[in-house]
Amino acid sequence: MSTVQTEPVFRARSISKVYRMGEVDVTALRGVDLDLYAGELAVFLGASGSGKSTLLNILGGLDVPSGGQVYYREREMTGADEADRTGFRRRSVGFVFQFYNLIPSLTALENVELVTEIAEDPMTAEDALGLVGLQPRMHHFPAQMSGGEQQRVAIARAIAKRPEVLLCDEPTGALDYTTGKRVLEVIEKVNSTLGTTTAVITHNAAIADMADRVIRLRSGEIVEVYANKAKKRPDELSW
Amino acid sequence: MTILNRKVFRELGRMRGQVIAITLVMACGIMLYVSSRHTYISLLKSQESYYASYRFADVFAGIKRAPASTAEEIAGIPGISRVRTRIVMDVNLDVPGLDEPATGRLVSMPERRRPVLNDVAIQEGRYPAVGRPEEVIISEAFAKANGLAPDDWIGAVINGRQKALRVVGIGLSPEYVYEVQGTGSIFPDNLRFGVIWMARDALGAAFDMEGGFNDLSVALSSEAREMDVIDRMDLILEPYGSTGAYGRDSQISHRFLMDEIIGLSVSSNFTPAVFLGIAALLLHIVFSRMVRAQRDQIAIMKAFGYNNLSIGWHYLKFAFLAISGGTLLGIVGGFLLGRPLTALYQDYYRFPDLVYELNYDVIALAAIISVSAAFLGTLHALRSAMSLPPAEAMRPDSPAHFRPLAMERLGVHQLLTPVWRMIFRNMERKPVKTLLSAFGIAMAVAILVMGRFTFDSIEYLIDYQFRTVQRDDAAVVFAGPRPARARFELSHLPGVVRSEPYRAVPVRLRSGHRMKQTSINGLDPAGELRQLIDRDGQTQSLPPEGVVLTRTLADLLAVREGDMVAVEVLEGSRMQGRLPVSLLVDELIGISAYMDNRALNRFLGEGSTISGAYLSVDPLRADALYATLKETPAVAGVAVREAVIKGFEDSIAESTSATTFTLTVFACIIACGMVYNGARIALEERNREMASLRVLGFTEREISVVLLGEQAIVTLMAIPIGFLIGWGLCYLAVDATAQELYRMPLVITGKTYAFAFLVVGAAAVVSAYVVHRQLRHLDMIGVLKIQE
Ligand SMILES: Nc1ncnc2c1ncn2[C@@H]1O[C@H](COP(=O)(O)OP(=O)(O)O)[C@@H](O)[C@H]1O
Ligand SMILES: [Mg+2]
Repeated sequence: MSTVQTEPVFRARSISKVYRMGEVDVTALRGVDLDLYAGELAVFLGASGSGKSTLLNILGGLDVPSGGQVYYREREMTGADEADRTGFRRRSVGFVFQFYNLIPSLTALENVELVTEIAEDPMTAEDALGLVGLQPRMHHFPAQMSGGEQQRVAIARAIAKRPEVLLCDEPTGALDYTTGKRVLEVIEKVNSTLGTTTAVITHNAAIADMADRVIRLRSGEIVEVYANKAKKRPDELSW
Repeated sequence: MTILNRKVFRELGRMRGQVIAITLVMACGIMLYVSSRHTYISLLKSQESYYASYRFADVFAGIKRAPASTAEEIAGIPGISRVRTRIVMDVNLDVPGLDEPATGRLVSMPERRRPVLNDVAIQEGRYPAVGRPEEVIISEAFAKANGLAPDDWIGAVINGRQKALRVVGIGLSPEYVYEVQGTGSIFPDNLRFGVIWMARDALGAAFDMEGGFNDLSVALSSEAREMDVIDRMDLILEPYGSTGAYGRDSQISHRFLMDEIIGLSVSSNFTPAVFLGIAALLLHIVFSRMVRAQRDQIAIMKAFGYNNLSIGWHYLKFAFLAISGGTLLGIVGGFLLGRPLTALYQDYYRFPDLVYELNYDVIALAAIISVSAAFLGTLHALRSAMSLPPAEAMRPDSPAHFRPLAMERLGVHQLLTPVWRMIFRNMERKPVKTLLSAFGIAMAVAILVMGRFTFDSIEYLIDYQFRTVQRDDAAVVFAGPRPARARFELSHLPGVVRSEPYRAVPVRLRSGHRMKQTSINGLDPAGELRQLIDRDGQTQSLPPEGVVLTRTLADLLAVREGDMVAVEVLEGSRMQGRLPVSLLVDELIGISAYMDNRALNRFLGEGSTISGAYLSVDPLRADALYATLKETPAVAGVAVREAVIKGFEDSIAESTSATTFTLTVFACIIACGMVYNGARIALEERNREMASLRVLGFTEREISVVLLGEQAIVTLMAIPIGFLIGWGLCYLAVDATAQELYRMPLVITGKTYAFAFLVVGAAAVVSAYVVHRQLRHLDMIGVLKIQE
């Protein structure tokens, strides 16, 4: 994907997030402005606690900011209620987390079907698993698969409904080097073949080289945004 | 407070919903135990002190008429410490305000008050004055039912003459704790039967029995053997027309009271055991889950040097604290509930005072039982907590392992949506847990079935006994055997549609060493008002020869059709002979024997004689008929069917509703406790799944299907199991309470099953709703951040 700017999918304007922890307030985000563009692969970099997850959760409708506005396309998300946000997640967002969060009682195929069943225009669950290279193992339960394989099922589950955005929070955090790279390849493939706007959170700077754009956070603020001139393929990365 | 103790309290607070469920179930069990045990002890003690204070006799005998000198002979029998002779007569009464005839049992009392056997406890008024033959004491139940008080008058037909009696006192007697007339009617009908104590001289003069007596009661010394005394008494009394001496066991009031007390003793252990079992089950489910969830904490404590014992003690403290509230509530509530429960018995078992006091043994036992239940319930959890090696525990619980199971093999999974597959696989993966939960709910269903079964059973019993077997509207008893033509006098009375004579003879039946005292009822073979029904519900015709026994009587004598029984007649000729058992019939009340009346007359070597008649009555003229019968001296008593049924229903209805209500409330608590806990634990164990589904865009309603679907299936599964267990409990209850006097039929109607279904269903829905509301607080992000 080129870095040529298409129209923004998300627009965040001076969003802040404060967690109340009893007496003390923890500020996770302080006035973040951000645009995410259709089709791009953005990597969010930052130390632990810098506010990456908070930002992504707000974009994906899992959480609400304490201040500021978020627009998804033309719609303002900030005023949406829980039911609206549920519908938004259902239609438009795919999530991938560090811990795969598969349903242990469902097979790989069924974990994906869980989503295709409630989506409007999904691909078939088999195709989704094919895309992540797991069709041969689709009848296996999570406990019968390796961590990397489970994460790929989680990705298949996230993209099966053809979401407009794919949000990945430390998708390789729990994986070893080789499996981690395999998972990144899958994410890259989804982004390039389906054109899904993709955001990947990591604290591993090496991964940033596969992004169209890199957004760096520190203490709840965006401190740097840059476009990669020569984006690397995941197999070219090393750390 | 130590840190560990602080942990205990904080976590108990967090689990308060579950702790409340455990508390309530525990409280129910302990409350039932403490209250029914207190009631049992109260009745037993009240009986003991009543019998002692008013000198209840040990052996009784009815005689036709014996001279006073016989009493001295009896007193000479070794083992007899006291003798009392009396005149006892059943007469027709004319009670103001009562249309039907009532029966009064006149019992003679000494002229001047002195302590005698079977004494009267005066509750109100006074003892009759000397030289005042019209003054009487009447029994309390009879007085209450008819609204009689001292200074009221009642009419009595005494030896054919109408007499007016003046009530001066209201009394009770240990002989009539349960006040019924006798073998014919075993349910109290206090409106139409009462005991009347009057001065001996007046009674003796009225029945021409001055100096003589027709009733004997004796007290035994402690070393006496009852059987020997009875034999010796029979020998002496035989010439005077004795119907056979008998011990307290056959004394109807004592017998009923003992049956009740023994039944209470059984149920006071049985039902609470069920509840405590459920409490233990609940603890087991909750604590197994808790220890599983706290594996890492246990590991860290162990790594820091806590030993297994202190870890075990830590979790045991949880259990003890969790049950302590319920136990305390149960003990206090049980003691308070026991008093009104005991008072309920007072409606048909009458004591001058009920001894109801705190029994420390019961309290101590209740505490021991609840601690044992807690220990039993947490045993499994304790064992797994203590056996956990610290290193092992630091690793997360082995991941939930799912394999293709029965559902996949059967191919049914293809019919299900992924959400329902999740539900079924979760249940299949933990079959023991699923079954235990189902079992708990099934017990609630079973308790409901058991609670309402009493209604069904009694309804059936009344219908069977009073509409199928006994079809007469009224049974007339003559003062003594009459020639057969007396029946025509009856059938000509206005209002009598049909009359069928019968001949009743008191007998002793023997087979081998087994003996039973009853009466043989000689029936009109063409009669329709008494039906002989066999085990299959088929009407059998009266065999022309031999004796027909009810199955209970046959079992007591250990005889079958075709066997011979020895018959000893206890009146008139007092002849002895043998009769073949020609048929067995099934009746729910009493231990009756029947014969063709012609065969009976032949056996007795008498002409056609009758003891009374069964009547079919024109309802429009019934009142007039009963009024006439009341005035007829030859008629000793009339048992009006509807009155008998009503008396029975009234006396049983109140206590039954009270028990059913209590059991229903308790069963609801159990059902709520089980469903709520199941759903809560599912929520805790699977909040990660729930959160994942929410992230994927499932709505709250959709994920509550995942959570509560399992509870719904478990509940639905539990209901038929509960029906079965309920049936089993009823079977046991019927078996345990089978008495000579009546037997509860094992009949459970669809209404009862529907009732149990609806109550448990409603309880499940309510608890599910409570948990459903807790789904709102599900922390999606928080859950997903944590390592599985
Ligand atoms: N639920 C929460 N309650 C309180 N503080 C939180 C919560 N979630 C995150 N925080 C705080 O907000 C800050 C940002 O957290 P997060 O967005 O998770 O950072 P990152 O993902 O970059 O590691 C941290 O200081 C964290 O402690
Ligand atoms: Mg994070």
